[in-house]
Amino acid sequence: MRRLTPWLLLAPGLLLVVVVLLAPVLNTGVMPFASGRAASLYQRFFFGSYNQGVILRTLQVASVTTLVSLALGFTAAYVVSRAPAALKSLLIVAAVFPLLTGTVVRSFAWMVILGRNGMANDALLKLGLTSEPVQLLYTQFAVVVGLVYLFTPLMILSLVGVLENIDTDLPRAAASLGAPPRAVFRQVVLPLATPGLIVGSVLVFTGSFTAFATPQLLGGEEQTVLATLLYQKAMVTLDWNGASTIASAMVVMTVIVVLLMNRLARRLNPASV
Amino acid sequence: MAAPRSPLDRTHPGLIAATAVVYLFLLGPLVIVFGAAFSNTTFLAFPPQGLSLRWFENAFANSAFRASFVTSMQVAFGGTGLALLLGVPAAYAMSRYRVQLPKALSVMFVLPILIPEIVAGFSMLRFLQVSLGLPVVAALLLGHALLVLPYTVRVIGASLAAFDFSAEEAAISLGSPPLKTFVTIVLPNIRSGVIAAFVLAFITSLNDVSISVFLTGPGVSTLPIQILSYVEQFFDPTVASVSVLLMVLTVAVMAAVERTLGLTTFTK
Repeated sequence: MRRLTPWLLLAPGLLLVVVVLLAPVLNTGVMPFASGRAASLYQRFFFGSYNQGVILRTLQVASVTTLVSLALGFTAAYVVSRAPAALKSLLIVAAVFPLLTGTVVRSFAWMVILGRNGMANDALLKLGLTSEPVQLLYTQFAVVVGLVYLFTPLMILSLVGVLENIDTDLPRAAASLGAPPRAVFRQVVLPLATPGLIVGSVLVFTGSFTAFATPQLLGGEEQTVLATLLYQKAMVTLDWNGASTIASAMVVMTVIVVLLMNRLARRLNPASV
Repeated sequence: MAAPRSPLDRTHPGLIAATAVVYLFLLGPLVIVFGAAFSNTTFLAFPPQGLSLRWFENAFANSAFRASFVTSMQVAFGGTGLALLLGVPAAYAMSRYRVQLPKALSVMFVLPILIPEIVAGFSMLRFLQVSLGLPVVAALLLGHALLVLPYTVRVIGASLAAFDFSAEEAAISLGSPPLKTFVTIVLPNIRSGVIAAFVLAFITSLNDVSISVFLTGPGVSTLPIQILSYVEQFFDPTVASVSVLLMVLTVAVMAAVERTLGLTTFTK
């Protein structure tokens, strides 16, 4: 009986994961094969020119988003980690607050800014950079801006903890031995921050690779990505075989990215294992 | 001569300026939504040309928004409650009986984070609603409970890691029944973890789009999904005022957490 206790306590939670997630997702993965047309479905998904465009766009959007959030997040996290305690907690709260605001609200904010009568166009007109409103909404630019906006706080929070834990004596020692600031940053701070950089990048890449609300609102049909294509197939054209194919491919691609980044993390930082 | 200060001891002014710009980028858009919510024009513009509350009235008068808010609350409270009910025992079992349990178990509780939400949502639609025939609200409750389960297991697991189980063993060896011991000895010690898990889970559920977009059905919608479909049809400041109300709700929850626990809870 005693040996059973932990299992009895775990069972309800495990049951929820199995019934509500594992079984449904496996069922989705099997669907293209059960239809007997798996080969043609996957072929159409990976080699159809429209779908290929969507796959490439999704990868491109996620990569650019990750790089930009890394640059913005690292800069901010570096300054936050060195700020005096009171200011530091204020800045952390200011990064947490947008995270607690929903993705729909945060994407909507950019619809207001990037719309035809929005602030961005207002500014462009007033500066005389354009004579009539520019199409900003429903472009890849809008999707990337929206996603960077969504994920930069996550990057800041992943990095602040790591940067805080770097012993300040290390960069100081390097500097006192004659390393110029640039070398101190590249050879001391950056390698020590690598685990945080990788964790943050995995979160942002997988998050923007699978994001739905932001591309739906800011990209529209012109900028269809995998998540919005999956939604269209599932709910608009009711092509469930097609939707299942996309769903399985998304899971596989996400898992591959996570595994690759984990391996990279291990190679760059053997101490973290 | 004063000791030479290393240039590393102060932050480069350029970096500080860049950080200020990043924070402007993070908070500015939310300020703009605030401004748009109080505008008196029929189109979305910032800065507002005049102030009015008409869009708040419009939001409250909209029965679809009201109904979806009620559904969102039910699903967020119900889903979070269910996740806590299942997550607390699981976290307890994993901390208390660590040696006897296979390591792979923890992967099961990370699965909801690992599998893309949009894929989970679509699969739940097919499996829970179509194959098993569950009604919309039941499927939403289960879907949201699953979505937030990892938060409850992880946050409560972190509190339990700091708990000294010998206090519990002492009570049991003195004859206290296990369940009573859990409620009177363990639970009070992980109280802050439970509250943090609840808040994190509640807000996650309240904001969820990717799962709900598949599980909501005709006549039953959650607030974010209702906002999504409104924005696709109308482009007026009503949604800005609904967003402001949601943000106020979030601030209220955050303030409550800040007063009881301190906000750094979220960064752990």
